[in-house]
Amino acid sequence: MSASFSPVIAGSALGPNAPAPATPRNVPNRGGAMNPTVDAIRARFSGAVQRADVVWGETTIVVDRARVHDIILWLHDDPSQSYNYLSDVTAVEFRDLEQPLEVVWHLRSLPYRRFLRVKVLIEKGSSMDVPSVWDIYKAADWLERECYDMFGITFSGHPDLRRLLMWEQYKEGYPLRKDFPLRGRFSRSEQLRQALAANPEARYSKEELSIADAFEDLPVDMRRRLDTGERTGE
Amino acid sequence: MGLSPRPEPSFTELTGDEPWMTTKLDAFVNWGRKNSLWPMPFGTACCAIEFMASAASKYDLARFGMERQAFSPRQADLLICAGRVPFKLAPVLRRIWQQMPQPKWCISMGACASSGGMFDNYAVVQGIDSIIPVDVYVPGCPPRPEGLLYGIMMLQKKVSNERMSDKTLRNEMEPDPKSQLYIPPSVIDEVSEPFGNSVHQTRSGL
Repeated sequence: MSASFSPVIAGSALGPNAPAPATPRNVPNRGGAMNPTVDAIRARFSGAVQRADVVWGETTIVVDRARVHDIILWLHDDPSQSYNYLSDVTAVEFRDLEQPLEVVWHLRSLPYRRFLRVKVLIEKGSSMDVPSVWDIYKAADWLERECYDMFGITFSGHPDLRRLLMWEQYKEGYPLRKDFPLRGRFSRSEQLRQALAANPEARYSKEELSIADAFEDLPVDMRRRLDTGERTGE
Repeated sequence: MGLSPRPEPSFTELTGDEPWMTTKLDAFVNWGRKNSLWPMPFGTACCAIEFMASAASKYDLARFGMERQAFSPRQADLLICAGRVPFKLAPVLRRIWQQMPQPKWCISMGACASSGGMFDNYAVVQGIDSIIPVDVYVPGCPPRPEGLLYGIMMLQKKVSNERMSDKTLRNEMEPDPKSQLYIPPSVIDEVSEPFGNSVHQTRSGL
């Protein structure tokens, strides 16, 4: 079904004489040694890196939205980088209305013991489309769904971009956006009415159930509805 | 083998010196019910940790007839909702309550379950009494096991004062828009406190 499991040994690309990993001491707030990957990206993708900072010893680069997928694919595939671990996909919105939204990827290269934070800026009022990295890292599946759920960023290329934390019929918007009121847009009674109108069983599509091999165990009527493409209970 | 057969009881023995007593049926039934509550923990947060401490050996819920915890709502008498309930869980909690057979009671354990607590935000139900009826509210964040035990003893007192002749006690009412008692959400909006100190609040629009 899948390729045999091959363990990734941290620091294996650094050779036998690599120093043992140690907690960095006396790290400056700004400046310091930059991740060498940044120069490699600049050499390969000329003009794609808009900005590169080192903050508390961690390198952050801001890249073009159109080329972020190519860059991350290259970072993953190239044996001289091998960023094989995606630890987070998230987004940041600032209270300053002028400041653009940021979509953030946290990439880690286990063989080289490197960490790189890749950012894409989304100007206010522009499209919320960002390329999905699901085809590179399967870990991006739920991370991107959560990011879509909380910020409304649509990852094009994601196979199943639905809400993850809020229920799928949630109508009030994207909770972590700055224009979202803390208590939601609807009144409490309306929120409760909508929440209680949800069917607790309306959670699965046929694709998800066939993954779990649970389809045959379902009641007949639910199987019939799933066969017609409905999600159960909706 | 060495045992003599049990002597046949004669009629006079049964009716003669046997001790007996009279009581009200209510008192007898309630005595049985209050000392054999089977709790179902609905633990979603840190209150559930305190509930586990209450059930464990030091505080020992079994002293109150709660030796058997029911992890199925169909075999439970008492729902102990321990922890915050998000809106996504609201239909689940209501379904669990509907699955419990009568007679049934509910304890709302902790500030979050009783009122939403510190989570006055878009995701958390502001008190489970807006979903299901609650008999006893236990304050605390989270309440200590002593607090929960006190709440359970209050519930036992409540159970012992129930009257079987009071049929309304066990009536389950679903909100029925045709009923005279039904209050639509828009009216609830109007009569309830204007909520929220943040901007962009809109009403339900119903």
